[in-house]
Amino acid sequence: MQKAVIQLETLSCPSCMQKIENAVKGLNGVNQDSLKVLFNASKVKVDFDSETITVNDIKKAIEDLGYPVVKSKVKSA
Amino acid sequence: MQRYILSKKNSITLISAILIALAFFGRFSLDNMAIFNWSLIIASILGVAPIAIQAFQALKVKVVSIDVLVTIAVIGAVLIQNYEESAIVTFLFLFGSYLEQRTLNKTRSAIKELTELAPESALKQMENGEFEEVDVDDVDEGDILLVKTGAKVPVDGTVLTGEGHINEASITGESVPVSKRVDSEVFAGTILENGTIQIRSDRVGEDTTFGRIIELVEEAQDSKSEAERFIDRFSKYYTPAVLVLGFIVWLFSKDIELAITILVLGCPGALVIGVPVSNVAGIGNGARNGVLLKGSEVINDFSRVDTIVFDKTGTLTVGNPEVAEKEFYGNNTEEILGYLASVERESDHPLAKAVLQDIGETTFYTVEETEVVKGGGIVAKIGVHRIAVGNVALMEKENVKLSEKAKKDVERFERNGNSLVLTAVDGELKVLMGIRDQIRPGVKKDLQNLKKLGVKNLVVLSGDNQGTVDLVARELGLTEAHGHMLPEGKSAYIEKMQAKGQLIAFVGDGVNDSPSLALADIGIAMGSGTDVAIETSDVVLMNSDFSRLPHALGLTKLTSRNMKQNITIAVGVVLVLLASLLFSEWMNMSIGMLVHEASILVVILNGMRLLRYRLRG
Repeated sequence: MQKAVIQLETLSCPSCMQKIENAVKGLNGVNQDSLKVLFNASKVKVDFDSETITVNDIKKAIEDLGYPVVKSKVKSA
Repeated sequence: MQRYILSKKNSITLISAILIALAFFGRFSLDNMAIFNWSLIIASILGVAPIAIQAFQALKVKVVSIDVLVTIAVIGAVLIQNYEESAIVTFLFLFGSYLEQRTLNKTRSAIKELTELAPESALKQMENGEFEEVDVDDVDEGDILLVKTGAKVPVDGTVLTGEGHINEASITGESVPVSKRVDSEVFAGTILENGTIQIRSDRVGEDTTFGRIIELVEEAQDSKSEAERFIDRFSKYYTPAVLVLGFIVWLFSKDIELAITILVLGCPGALVIGVPVSNVAGIGNGARNGVLLKGSEVINDFSRVDTIVFDKTGTLTVGNPEVAEKEFYGNNTEEILGYLASVERESDHPLAKAVLQDIGETTFYTVEETEVVKGGGIVAKIGVHRIAVGNVALMEKENVKLSEKAKKDVERFERNGNSLVLTAVDGELKVLMGIRDQIRPGVKKDLQNLKKLGVKNLVVLSGDNQGTVDLVARELGLTEAHGHMLPEGKSAYIEKMQAKGQLIAFVGDGVNDSPSLALADIGIAMGSGTDVAIETSDVVLMNSDFSRLPHALGLTKLTSRNMKQNITIAVGVVLVLLASLLFSEWMNMSIGMLVHEASILVVILNGMRLLRYRLRG
């Protein structure tokens, strides 16, 4: 398991959170319980299995929703 | 393509504003309905594009968002050829979200300022011995780093060579520079004001004290209270419910206009955003003023607290004992004080330090045969004289007879909360000194402010003797004071008070009070960012600054009230809108959207007031 911290551009609508939550949860290989979408900090924190999915897949899922990713960090969880 | 449209949202908003203006100019000045209609149609299509994209993406992940409601409403309006409504609604929605983003950034600014203090680069020693600038993420534990004057310390570490002064305000809130030399600890995010140092990296990134503070504040601003989680669950069903309601209304009334108006009016914007906005502004104000509040639950609990318990007299006093009273018996005072100072110079006892400080400059004598009497004091020889310095027990042991007056003085000094230092020369009492801790300056006023803010009981639990504790309590107007308390006794006391239904805040330094900190409804740590304190407490007062306490309490009260106001505004607006739709003629989609967006801005602006909060008086 690895932990990804993804910094997004400022989130301004709380319904964005729900969208991002659902989109990331729907991905294969992420730990659903670990997912945290921080509205005020505009960050997504999630644990994922690096053998099934990469951080770029997660980033892409979020960017496809229309929320640009500013930067991301991965470390072992 | 989708991303391109979304990134041009602001330009789209501007263009649609111009088109709407053009439409009305065409209609009323040129009397040209074609210009009017076509401008509005273009404005609608252009404006609805980014909203529809977001709506589509939301539906893809099974979320019925506000965008969905607005998109359907706008399409409906275009179908019934009400271009005026469709254009204005899309414009208001886009313009509203632009303003939302701008104002939201303001409410978040305080915390952003904090995170921006995070160091970004470091000068790291490479294999060839040269220092090269690298990203702070590339620094590992054990690396050797160079920090030059004016630069930020990139990680937590230990000074290897060099010395300088460091401003640690980002960690402690205290901006007086601290001197650092070899083996001193330095912290990430602090600034080297002068000198040059080389450090060994001990902790990096999120493991540094600064990293932890940031993480804590970030999590806190997004932590949710029970009420908020309820609102979240509610809005998850609320938005689809509005959609269903609109559909039902259309089925029965066949009135598309009414149905789509309901969709617009039902948008839950202000409700969902109201509480997080107050939360982030309140926590931001705290962070800027040296108060870390761990989330909105903490804010709500702390705002209702009725008893504040202090862990020891040291929290309220300077912690630096001073000679407060003294009596002399007999003559040649100067000489005796010289003896006393000479003997005390041999000791590192805190009372001895206080005595030396009080005596100041004097003639020192050669001291011989110094003997420390455990739990008593010191006995020594100066020339032919036998000098005994210590407490009453030592005097008894030395067979020093106390006169009636001396006995009365001893009693009086003890009653006043002093620790006693008696000096006898050749079995005769010469000097009696009463030493006590001084109240911290400003504490009295801070405590009064706490009472003014509605705290009913101020309690001190201390390991000191009851006399000392009572004295502090009397001087500060505390409601209860208990001495001779052990850590277990403190937590037992808190449990007892909680059983009586009181909401307790416990103020401690987190060193040996962790159980009490955890047990109390609100644990308040006074610490300069020490690990234990940060982890176990709910509120951290940076730099042990007592005067932050009333600010913290006032702030939580205001923040908690602010959240309630925002909920009231949001719910009220929806109710008024729905009521006026049913009972009045003037309500339509545009006005609905205007009121809706306005209510969002009102709650954000209301939340922003918290950033400016300062405790008065």
